[in-house]
Amino acid sequence: MATTLADLAPGQRGSITGYAQDDAFTQRLMQLGLIEGADVEMLRCAPTGDPIEVRVMGYALSLRRNEAALVHVDLLA
Amino acid sequence: MSISSPDAIVADAARVRTRRPVVVTLGNPNTGKSTLFNALTGLRQKVGNFPGVTVEHVVGKLMLASGEVDVVDLPGTYSLSAQSPDEMVAVDVLLGRVGAVGRPDVVLLIVDATNLRRNLFLASQVLEIGLPVVIALNMTDLLAAQGITLELPQLAAALGVPVVPIAAARGEGLAELRAALDTAIAEGRPSPLRLNPALQAAADELVATLRARGVDAVPAEVERALIDEQGHAERRLVERAGDPLREELAARRHALAQGRSLATVEARDRYSWINALVARVERREERRPGWREALDRWLNHPVYGSLAFLLAMAVVFQSVFAWATPLMEAIDAGATALGEWVRGSTTPGLLQSFLVDGVIAGVGSVVVFLPQIMLLFAFIIVLEDSGYMSRAAFVVDRLMRWCGLSGQSFIPMLSSFACAVPGIMGTRVIGNPRDRLATILAAPFMTCSARLPIYALLIAAFVPPKTWFGGLLNLQGLVLLGFYLLGMVGAVFTAFLVNRLVFAGPRSRFLLEMPPYRLPQLKSVVVKLLGRVRIFLKRAGTIIFAVALVVWAAASFPRVELEGGTSAAPPIADSYLGRASRAVAPVFAPLGWDWKVTAAVIASFPAREVVIAVLGTLYAVEDADAGGEARLADRIKEARHPDGAPVFTLPMVLGLMVFYALCLQCISTLAVIRRETNSWRWPLASWLYMTTLGYLGAFLCFRFGSVLTG
Repeated sequence: MATTLADLAPGQRGSITGYAQDDAFTQRLMQLGLIEGADVEMLRCAPTGDPIEVRVMGYALSLRRNEAALVHVDLLA
Repeated sequence: MSISSPDAIVADAARVRTRRPVVVTLGNPNTGKSTLFNALTGLRQKVGNFPGVTVEHVVGKLMLASGEVDVVDLPGTYSLSAQSPDEMVAVDVLLGRVGAVGRPDVVLLIVDATNLRRNLFLASQVLEIGLPVVIALNMTDLLAAQGITLELPQLAAALGVPVVPIAAARGEGLAELRAALDTAIAEGRPSPLRLNPALQAAADELVATLRARGVDAVPAEVERALIDEQGHAERRLVERAGDPLREELAARRHALAQGRSLATVEARDRYSWINALVARVERREERRPGWREALDRWLNHPVYGSLAFLLAMAVVFQSVFAWATPLMEAIDAGATALGEWVRGSTTPGLLQSFLVDGVIAGVGSVVVFLPQIMLLFAFIIVLEDSGYMSRAAFVVDRLMRWCGLSGQSFIPMLSSFACAVPGIMGTRVIGNPRDRLATILAAPFMTCSARLPIYALLIAAFVPPKTWFGGLLNLQGLVLLGFYLLGMVGAVFTAFLVNRLVFAGPRSRFLLEMPPYRLPQLKSVVVKLLGRVRIFLKRAGTIIFAVALVVWAAASFPRVELEGGTSAAPPIADSYLGRASRAVAPVFAPLGWDWKVTAAVIASFPAREVVIAVLGTLYAVEDADAGGEARLADRIKEARHPDGAPVFTLPMVLGLMVFYALCLQCISTLAVIRRETNSWRWPLASWLYMTTLGYLGAFLCFRFGSVLTG
């Protein structure tokens, strides 16, 4: 199992390596800056644990865990 | 880079200017776009409709040195690969496919200087369309605080269009922006950026092919159709050019993309161009986390975050009801006083009745909702402008998802507590069609302000004013709360049904930018508030007013001929309204209603708020000589069935309130559902469904209640 954006703990950073699928939704994620090679930081999760908030391209974006699980990342130290 | 096709330039120059120049404003959400639009055009705005599509647009007038121009405010969008109705309209206008606007003369692109990378994505797409572009670089006043320095001349040179630094909330840089717009309109020079020459060439070839077949197309829309497989642009183009185009597009895509989707290639190409550009023009100092980060930690904390959310909602509701009530009563009293004054200073007859019971009562029934709607709108605008609304959606998404909605449904549902019309219009930001439909069909269940008068009347008259814990809890308040909850349960149940039964579309989604916290500016809030109120008055006001007139006419005709050639209103039982009600009364007899209640309910099907006025007419006017001016609540308590049993028993009253809670008695809502779903199917289905629920609810309440109370 590859590491995904949903696996990051708050404060952890990753580098995006690719996507589990290619459709209008993942394309929108790319248009919002979650593209291959971009650094992304997990900021926090909502009080109920889902959705999550990440920082990418210098701004904060929130998405659901099952959606974040489509984004493959390499964990950065 | 290459320049725009010579054809387009020649065609543009040849076009004779027969109208005012059109500037369209476009930008990402949360960039201060509407603040800038309002600052440029002031209150000289009007709300219009794009013909053929369901999205309203705001047009303002802007005075430039060369004369007046129209400014069209397009919905905020992240990308030209349109997925929500809002984005589709933005793209259609940019491509010159909306007849009322035509081809825009200049695109005013708003870019958030503090969020350059993400904003430049849309900017790079717009710059490739080949229209004249002026970039307003907003929020430049916040750069220093965030440790950001920008090389503006280099940025403008790389983008190939004028870049004007502004701070819209403070009104800085607007004079320079006007001057830049003036120059751009005069020169009409298309923006020169071209990032993917191969794609451009393929699009040009397809345009030539299409023209040979007599289909008019511009390269920019063919490019979008190529990039967004089965997307909005492809659908629109295939509508005009026929199905074979689908295969031609697929073949081109295959040749261009080499195994990946063109959309992936587009995103990658644009961001590598952006990253290279930003590396040259932007310097960021590392800053220690400030108050915004601290605030975010608190507002998203499992305990404090939830408490903050509940507190925010409690404050909104408390103030909407506590503060609005005196104003609403004042307006009501004012309308009544005006009516009495007119009654006293005119002669009795058709004209007097038309003025007092038709026009003044009709206008009053619209205006009376304004305080509540304005307060709720004001709160929503402040929460949006401060950036908290996105956090609230973030916090409640899980809960809303459990109900079959998404966090993005939260704002429309909240608006629906004032009125379902703006709530349903607010669903346009929801990209997922299933989420959007579920929200549209659930919204009319939320307890809108038009339901309050009937609740207030019946609760005050029939629920005993018991209190517990020294007045902290009171029974009347609890019953009112119960009806609010009933509405929410109805909404949740409906959303659940839509998700399970109606639609097996794509999964619901939640994708929301968390904008930085900002202090809302009073002027900006006021202008936005007036804009939304205007939309409400236009949408709902005209219909409610018309309905009030129709009800007046149905209750006032046929006229009774008096001696001396004058005429008077008929006894209510003999009016058209009374006759119709007596005819259908048996249908509602199982709910414990007599023909008068039936008449009031039927009259309020087009707009539920007229029920009070009709009840007043039925119970006060008809027996005016018998009982003087007893208050309506006392009068209805005395109402009797023909067998002498009271009509308004507690079970019947609760049933009547359940009926009003669940029924879709609002023609404005039906009209707005029709517009937003673009078919009669959903308003019709929604009306039948809610009426059935209301009838069943009232029936169960009355029957079981009657058994319980013996």
